[in-house]
Amino acid sequence: MKFAYFPGCSLKGLGRAYEESLLPVMRHLGLELEELDDWNCCGATAYMAVDEAKACVLAARNLALAERSGRDQLLAPCAACYLVLNKTKHYFHDYPAMKATIDRALAAVDLAYAGDTAVRHPLDVLVNDVGLDAIRQKVVRPLRGLKVATYYGCQLVRPYATFDDPYNPVTMDRLVEALGATVVRYPLKTKCCGGSLTGTVPEAGIRMVYILLNEARKRGADCLATVCPLCQFNLDAYHAQVRSEYGDVIVPTVYFTQLMGLAFGLPEKQLGLHRAAVPLRWRPPVPEVAHA
Amino acid sequence: MPATATPAERVELKSGPPPAAPAGSGGRNWSTRRIERTIKYESDRNVGFGRDVMRVPGCEQLENCIQCGTCSGVCPLSIYMDHSPRQVMALTRADFRDEVLRSHTIWLCASCYACTVECPQQIRITDIMYELKQRAIDAGIYPRRFPIPVLAHEFTHMVRKHGRITELVLVIRLFLKTDWFAALGNWRLGLDLTRTGRFSLLTERIRRHGDIARMLDAVDQPKHPSP
Ligand code: SF4
Ligand code: SF4
Repeated sequence: MKFAYFPGCSLKGLGRAYEESLLPVMRHLGLELEELDDWNCCGATAYMAVDEAKACVLAARNLALAERSGRDQLLAPCAACYLVLNKTKHYFHDYPAMKATIDRALAAVDLAYAGDTAVRHPLDVLVNDVGLDAIRQKVVRPLRGLKVATYYGCQLVRPYATFDDPYNPVTMDRLVEALGATVVRYPLKTKCCGGSLTGTVPEAGIRMVYILLNEARKRGADCLATVCPLCQFNLDAYHAQVRSEYGDVIVPTVYFTQLMGLAFGLPEKQLGLHRAAVPLRWRPPVPEVAHA
Repeated sequence: MPATATPAERVELKSGPPPAAPAGSGGRNWSTRRIERTIKYESDRNVGFGRDVMRVPGCEQLENCIQCGTCSGVCPLSIYMDHSPRQVMALTRADFRDEVLRSHTIWLCASCYACTVECPQQIRITDIMYELKQRAIDAGIYPRRFPIPVLAHEFTHMVRKHGRITELVLVIRLFLKTDWFAALGNWRLGLDLTRTGRFSLLTERIRRHGDIARMLDAVDQPKHPSP
């Protein structure tokens, strides 16, 4: 399977560990990702707040580039990019005026978008295309004993949920279980992490982070698993602020791809685990070597 | 300095024209308290505002709001808002433009879409919040030094120029424009990020960055002149 790959700005910066772990894991499963040539920022939530049409035009350039690359599927691991690209595609089909605007803007730079590229999230591809069986076969160091709270955040499953339920998504739960770990009940799995409010309105943002971390701790989770660079950043980087407001609540947050890498026995250096402010120290037990 | 010395303490969430004063809020400062009318008059309306919003893609369903309050109930930020999402929907539909655009609610909305998936009337509340933010920015009536519009502005500026976002540069510019002092409170965070190699000062830029400005100009909406 070949995909056009849209990393987005975060996976080149704050979310580097996501890309670092995603690429070897996908390669290990035989999936080919071809980074979209000269992709641009998707616009995220900030551009939507300034100008909706322009935000859609920005995203549409990437969709057009993907089409031109000849791939019919575009892989977007960042939940915010995933949402914006999907939203743009929806608006393109649903609103003739928006389509006209997008067409006009793309034509100004000799691009065109037909509206076909499928925007996919790696979680969707892994569970629904690759399949849990194929993933299980690659597990050499089952994550036995690790208790994981699966945290989906908001933008992956809302509002254009295609591959999972917006209220109680389970795709990541099944994936993490296939790796041998235990999924703890975590009712806040789709509660918002606060997004950029941690930086802009901390009294609100930090509290939201605290609630998520504290619930994970109460449920006995060893770590939170995320699908989004902003969630990972919020849940990981603000431990100090949470401590000074509410006391110590230490729960590491990892990308689901990092857990996969651990279970596949990939070299740890490839997985970017060291990039976290509160890194996961737990390691899967080394399997007993069959004696010769 | 404690790590809590964040911009928050200087962002006056409760500033601006107050909504209805909470009942029983005590008799303190009677001498300085401003007495304000808490009931809206017909003359406060900007007739046509609601209609205008409802014409925007994604906002059409607002007309069908039944004021059930589900959106306010699920909103994780509503406890900080001056007007709940339900109230914003009602005020918007009823043409109370200034009240809505001056509300902190639109800036506290984290775009999490919880309300949108729960609304029994399929109202895309999140998209309406986006639209209201745009209008507030256009009208220049957002709370002064509220960092969110500044962040949005810096963000769009950077995308237009380079095609991509370099997070550290964005953060630095945000602090310079809002509250450089607060940056000191976050020194630890910055240190952590640099130590773990997650912050880069190298500006990300696409090859055909000129294309971005050309596309954005082609959108050419009279309502939204290019920055
Ligand atoms: S949930 Fe929908 S119908 Fe109910 S008050 Fe909110 S916007 Fe109106
Ligand atoms: S999208 Fe905004 S208004 Fe709706 S629930 Fe989330 S924060 Fe509240």
